Amino acid sequence: MGQLLIGLINGSFYALLSLGLAVIFGLLNIINFTHGAQYMMGAFAAYFLLNKLGMNYWWALVVAPLAVGATGVVIERFMLSKLYKLDHLYGLLLTFGLALIIEGVFRNEFGSAGLPYSMPSALEGGHNLGFMFLPNYRAWVIGASLVVCIGTWLLIEKTKLGAYLRAATENPKMVEAFGVNVPRMITLTYGFGVGLAALAGVFAAPIYQVSPQMGSSLIIVVFAVVVIGGMGSILGAVITGFGLGVIEGLTKVFYPEASNTVIFVIMAIVLMIRPQGLFGQR
Amino acid sequence: MADPTIDPLAARDVEFEAKFFRYGFIVVMAFFLVAPMFIYPVFLMKVLCFALFACAFNLLIGYGGLLSFGHAMFFGMAGYLSAHFAKVGLHVEQVTIFKHVITVGLHIPPFATELAILAATAVTALLGALVGLLAIRRQGIYFAMITLALAQMIFFYCLQAPFTGGEDGIQSVPRGTLLGMVDLTNNFAMYYFVLAIFTAGFLLIVRTIHSPFGQVLKAIKENEPRAISLGYRTERYKFLAFVLSAGLAGLAGATKAIVFQLASLTDVHWSMSGEVVLMTLLGGMGTVFGPIAGAFVIMAMENYLSDLGAWVTITQGIVFVICVLAFRRGIVGELEALLKRKLTFRQLMFEIFAFRHHKRAKEKRGGP
Repeated sequence: MGQLLIGLINGSFYALLSLGLAVIFGLLNIINFTHGAQYMMGAFAAYFLLNKLGMNYWWALVVAPLAVGATGVVIERFMLSKLYKLDHLYGLLLTFGLALIIEGVFRNEFGSAGLPYSMPSALEGGHNLGFMFLPNYRAWVIGASLVVCIGTWLLIEKTKLGAYLRAATENPKMVEAFGVNVPRMITLTYGFGVGLAALAGVFAAPIYQVSPQMGSSLIIVVFAVVVIGGMGSILGAVITGFGLGVIEGLTKVFYPEASNTVIFVIMAIVLMIRPQGLFGQR
Repeated sequence: MADPTIDPLAARDVEFEAKFFRYGFIVVMAFFLVAPMFIYPVFLMKVLCFALFACAFNLLIGYGGLLSFGHAMFFGMAGYLSAHFAKVGLHVEQVTIFKHVITVGLHIPPFATELAILAATAVTALLGALVGLLAIRRQGIYFAMITLALAQMIFFYCLQAPFTGGEDGIQSVPRGTLLGMVDLTNNFAMYYFVLAIFTAGFLLIVRTIHSPFGQVLKAIKENEPRAISLGYRTERYKFLAFVLSAGLAGLAGATKAIVFQLASLTDVHWSMSGEVVLMTLLGGMGTVFGPIAGAFVIMAMENYLSDLGAWVTITQGIVFVICVLAFRRGIVGELEALLKRKLTFRQLMFEIFAFRHHKRAKEKRGGP
């Protein structure tokens, strides 16, 4: 049962991160390889806000995603926007290079050891549910990321802004003709996706140690999640994120040797049966 | 690819390409034959192994348009296999499949060096076939992500499997003797052996590119639907290219393990996949010599800048970003483009220092 909970926690990170990836991929058609590094930046931003500016967790939850999202806006404006006419592969390569730079800089500054981040006092302790002990903070992470995921889904699928976004992926020229500033929308979407990654980083800071490598191993699992869910599908990203987290947690109980690889095995099976992913179209 | 600056069809000059290849090949070979007199042979062997790896990778992306982000799995896996074959041979007592134990009882003594490398290459090609079957089903960035994920699976396998030695890797692998005659513990003998392997692999790649098969591959890269409508079974071509590329990457990895007498986790880790992409991109994707130049520069950077620690990663990242943003043809690609225009020395200097060749080349073609 404890493993199930850890699975759900991991699942909520997978879901948040793959949600950001899916949002970015949906509009920019770019695989954001920097996502893991941006998640790490979110956690570091939270650490800094606490230790240098004395800001508490709740403020960090707002400020860190905004700050990291702003760096995302800069990256999009000055680098990614130059690549849209080219093959998509160049976007992937550019973001990969950026990830190397960001990770290298952080490792240079802080070494490879993790930094501790204390839990907000309001969320300390936990509840005994009878069959298991549920720490409050973990419950909060699962709940909050569910809310964020559903909120993003509603924003993109049900609002006018979301309709513009989806229309712009189909036909940017037409949307521009209606008087929508498509390049700015794309920039902000990238910033939003990056912000989601940073938000996941802030959530992660008290659970995992804040370290420069925290993103690089996670990102590949998240890629697999996105492939299984179907690229660009928001709902697919969220559902597979949580689902795979749970499956991974359960594998840890029944067959621990496979817990690292189970997600990739599932990916291989899904690809054989349904190459477009579980929720993908085409 | 949509990028007009690297579109080879835009200004295809067969005669120039043949000439470029002929002279280029002479220069490269002459360099590598003489180089061990001046440069530390072990470093050069490393360069050669990575150059072959990058050439194999380039066959896939430069000529097939398939970006595999998991090529380290072939490179590293072949390293483990050849190290294992050369050190302990093959001892299989029993095979466990989902907790069913099948007794086999297979005992083969340590392989001769060349046999270990060949066997490892063959097994890697087989692995390439398995991965290819899965990955070929999706294209472009999906393909990249799938290969990456599968490579991660192989990485965890190598971390946990008993024969790979976990974090320690396989150490003190014997170099052995070549055909029972040449003692390979001598660095010079080993160097020329590696050079022979590299040349064989390189020429195989060149032959493949210039064969009808290679032409179809290029057609698929340019426009897959058109190739399909011409009646080609594109999946089959891509699959074959993938297996060939995996096998050659395996050859490079197997050789590297013998040279350094070590097979370790760094070679299977996904950052190695990134490194080979960087080598190819920096040297020039889709150019015959590009990967060699790229491997040389990156290896030199790693070797001589190693005191800088994490700055090496940062430098690599910066090179990546610059290549993608401003320098997509890579070193050899730019060189080829410059030579093709037959400039005088003065014009050449002007071009180099004025950084205007992109713009001028575009204007000359009259295209957008």
